[in-house]
Amino acid sequence: MTSKVSSTTEQADGADGALVGGQRKPAGTKDVRRLDRVIIRFAGDSGDGMQLTGDRFTSETASFGNDLSTLPNFPAEIRAPAGTLPGVSSFQLHFADHDILTPGDAPDVLVAMNPAALKANVGDLPRGAEIIVNTDEFTRRAMQKVGYAVSPLEDGSLDGYQIHPVPLTTLTVEALKEFALSRKEAERSKNMFALGLLSWMYHRPTEGTERFLRTKFAKKPDIAAANIAAFRAGWNFGETTEDFAVSYEVAPAATAFPTGTYRNISGNLALSYGLVAASRQAELPLYLGSYPITPASDILHELSKHKNFGVRTFQAEDEIAGIGAALGAAFGGSLAVTTTSGPGVALKSETIGLAVSLELPLLIVDIQRGGPSTGLPTKTEQADLLQAMYGRNGEAPVPVIAPRTPADCFQAALEAARIALVYRTPVFLLSDGYLANGSEPWRIPELEELPDLRVEFAQGPNHTLDDGTQAFWPYKRDPQTLARPWAVPGTPGLEHRIGGIEKQDGTGNISYDPANHDFMVRTRQAKIDNIAVADLEVDDPGNTARTLVLGWGSTYGPITAAVRRLRTAGEHIAQAHLRHLNPFPKNLGTVLAAYDKVVIPEMNLGQLATLIRAKYLVDADSYNQVNGMPFKAEQLATALKEAIDD
Amino acid sequence: MTETTTAHGTGGPAGRGPAAAGTPASTTFASLSLVPKAAARQSMKDFKSDQEVRWCPGCGDYAILAAVQGFMPELGVAKENIVFVSGIGCSSRFPYYMNTYGMHSIHGRAPAIATGLATSRQDLSVWVVTGDGDALSIGGNHLIHALRRNVNLKILLFNNRIYGLTKGQYSPTSEIGKITKSTPMGSLDVPFNPVSLALGAEASFVARTVDSDRKHLTEVLRQAAAHPGTALVEIYQNCNIFNDGAFEALKDQQQAEEAVIRLEHGQPIRFGPDRAKGVVRDPATGDLQVVEVTPDNEAQVLIHDAHSASPTTAFALSRLADPDTLHHTPIGVFRSVDRPVYDTLMAGQLDTAVEQNGKGDLAALMAGGDTWTVIG
Repeated sequence: MTSKVSSTTEQADGADGALVGGQRKPAGTKDVRRLDRVIIRFAGDSGDGMQLTGDRFTSETASFGNDLSTLPNFPAEIRAPAGTLPGVSSFQLHFADHDILTPGDAPDVLVAMNPAALKANVGDLPRGAEIIVNTDEFTRRAMQKVGYAVSPLEDGSLDGYQIHPVPLTTLTVEALKEFALSRKEAERSKNMFALGLLSWMYHRPTEGTERFLRTKFAKKPDIAAANIAAFRAGWNFGETTEDFAVSYEVAPAATAFPTGTYRNISGNLALSYGLVAASRQAELPLYLGSYPITPASDILHELSKHKNFGVRTFQAEDEIAGIGAALGAAFGGSLAVTTTSGPGVALKSETIGLAVSLELPLLIVDIQRGGPSTGLPTKTEQADLLQAMYGRNGEAPVPVIAPRTPADCFQAALEAARIALVYRTPVFLLSDGYLANGSEPWRIPELEELPDLRVEFAQGPNHTLDDGTQAFWPYKRDPQTLARPWAVPGTPGLEHRIGGIEKQDGTGNISYDPANHDFMVRTRQAKIDNIAVADLEVDDPGNTARTLVLGWGSTYGPITAAVRRLRTAGEHIAQAHLRHLNPFPKNLGTVLAAYDKVVIPEMNLGQLATLIRAKYLVDADSYNQVNGMPFKAEQLATALKEAIDD
Repeated sequence: MTETTTAHGTGGPAGRGPAAAGTPASTTFASLSLVPKAAARQSMKDFKSDQEVRWCPGCGDYAILAAVQGFMPELGVAKENIVFVSGIGCSSRFPYYMNTYGMHSIHGRAPAIATGLATSRQDLSVWVVTGDGDALSIGGNHLIHALRRNVNLKILLFNNRIYGLTKGQYSPTSEIGKITKSTPMGSLDVPFNPVSLALGAEASFVARTVDSDRKHLTEVLRQAAAHPGTALVEIYQNCNIFNDGAFEALKDQQQAEEAVIRLEHGQPIRFGPDRAKGVVRDPATGDLQVVEVTPDNEAQVLIHDAHSASPTTAFALSRLADPDTLHHTPIGVFRSVDRPVYDTLMAGQLDTAVEQNGKGDLAALMAGGDTWTVIG
């Protein structure tokens, strides 16, 4: 297999002589070393543009053909007080010449734009890591603000690391002196200087970033030019300064990927595309009713850009109206979606119950974040599983599915739509903050690969009354799926009324009859229980393992990375990962019974474990972390090793 | 408020007004230009569902149901393209009795649900039926936002100034000091005036009518139906079980003359025996006041202008009524102005997006900008 940058990446305009074949190449005589993988973390103030810097480095890396995985980490405040520890924003990127599964446990390189960024992140670095510090920001006052009495650059506390002191701000301002910018304006380009330097260090293609800057600042060509100049100055600085004696190559991950066309994609973007794709495949217009909430708002932003796909986005007055409007659109025959996070789900609960009772298709996308209450808006967690399962009054079963990686959010959205449309039910799609903002390469599917999601609306009577007349019964079910007909307004002869009051089986008329209620409760449950979902696949090479690690959602990457480490070390362990949390795959009980020990790592206090223990009477072990961050592979590997040895 | 499970009164007359069968579709309803026309003439009977009406005998809802069923044929649109959406409360059982599409939803949320339906289906005539508790208490937020957006919805707010379905607690329109089960020493809350509230929420159409005045009710429905955008119709409705006679001052032949001010666009605002009273503007405060009309002040009597761009005078009219005695209660259309309709604007943006970017191409969307290819 070979990998190449496709032709959609345009040639840069060649204004700079250092461009070679559309890509800047380190031209000097410096030492170049090959690495198989690198973990870089950019850290600075929340106003320093670290997320943008990380995004750009990621795009360069993706277009170069490495496998990659990212972990943005930022405070909930838009601009937390400058120079403070709570204000630190960071972006971690792991890239490699082989397939990787996580953003990496510990950075090999830290770019620290100020003392706060250094202090907040240095604890995560292994000894020997490289630290690039912006020395201009290491003033007495800035250091005092974060509790450094003496400069950590001088007191020997960083002796175990390779420190690169770089006056990033001064160099940036110097590089931009030709531009008619104030010092403050010029300083703002220091993140691009840093990006240029790192791009040199790791031989990243640069034309994408320059093109990006030109587009982003199309209306302010001076600012575009200044940023590009800062970016190039950073590159040239690496090329010329004595301090950076070595640059690194990480070859494209040529064998890691199956044949196809790839792009880098975040979870929220993949999920948005999945919804647009589901709408196309169902031949139904997409309707999103939503209220802004972190970390789900990006889906609202993205879908609102695609009105030319017939996508209607409605920013409602609150969470309840968001799902209400979606449910109204579902009644009218749209593929209806509401997007939110945990606190929003709490507000939507009554309407979800109504959707269960009305038996209309509706997607509820929950991008989970730290809870309870407002919790940790920008941090990840998996603690809404039981809310999705049980957070409603009455017996109100709702199918629940979860994506496992950022790119997988695309397929998960299609699967959620399939279940909703076939079974006429609300469906929970449980993503989380880590998947939403993290990114990885995605093989872009061919349109022919997408599932057929078309459904038939009811067109005429479906029941013959005792006297022989034809009638339409809105709750007469499909014998296979138990789904009721979807009769949309505008269809002559099918006028009917539905509502949240218990309905008589078949006719759908109001019924308070005890036996009918018992029957309807059990029927709605049976409909969900009998949803056809794929069997759970178990990865157990040679069938030698006695311990099974079972996961769901975004823990897939760290669990799989941990399993690989254990197997490399000669351990035997089986792995399975659930896409469907409700209903569970039919073979799950058999799978669980086949192992002496089942370990369930979760970013909560054991919610899946609770479900598994209750349903299958399996003495599953729970391994939990709720610190707002994904598991680290090493930590999981250690925990799983203990379970194997136990 | 949540609904009790107690069954309420059953039986009772299925509508009290005269049956208006086969009314010709003579009026043009600009708001319904995208809704398919009825293939054949429809009658009141076509709009009665097969469900037994279960309001308490004597409830004002019967009269409203009969008036709406009687008026529907006049719309001239296919009944399968008419949808009634309601929340929770006595009035919200309304959709079950209409032989159209309908949804009896959850408490207070009908405007939100109807907004999703109306904005995704411009070929439908969407009606919301709600009550004072449903619309103004638990659903207040949805109501004001529907009004400001101007979605093509017709909202019928049955105001009986009491919670009926939960058996008699005071509502957000109950007069201050109301003695109820939950307020044995009298309620402490200042009531909402739904018309004032709607005008403050940027409503483009606001009207008030009374359950027992079939002719007036039908005329208000007609104007509401014709209005492109959100129309709010407050209907004073008698709850003969928990708040009987709440609007007696407006219904009693004797009192009504004093109490009711009938608003008609373009007409002087006069009322009372021999139309002896009129509404004039107080030159000192700019506020409105009721005066005895004399030859001297006759020229000062306000001419009602429902189409005024400013809602100021409509608001002042809405404040004339005494919340306790209901004297000087204006009924009729307070405000009816043309304003861009939300669903039309939304559909317009979709069309513009196609004009500007072409019809969506999923493969191109997924590919985005930067891709790379792995060749086997």
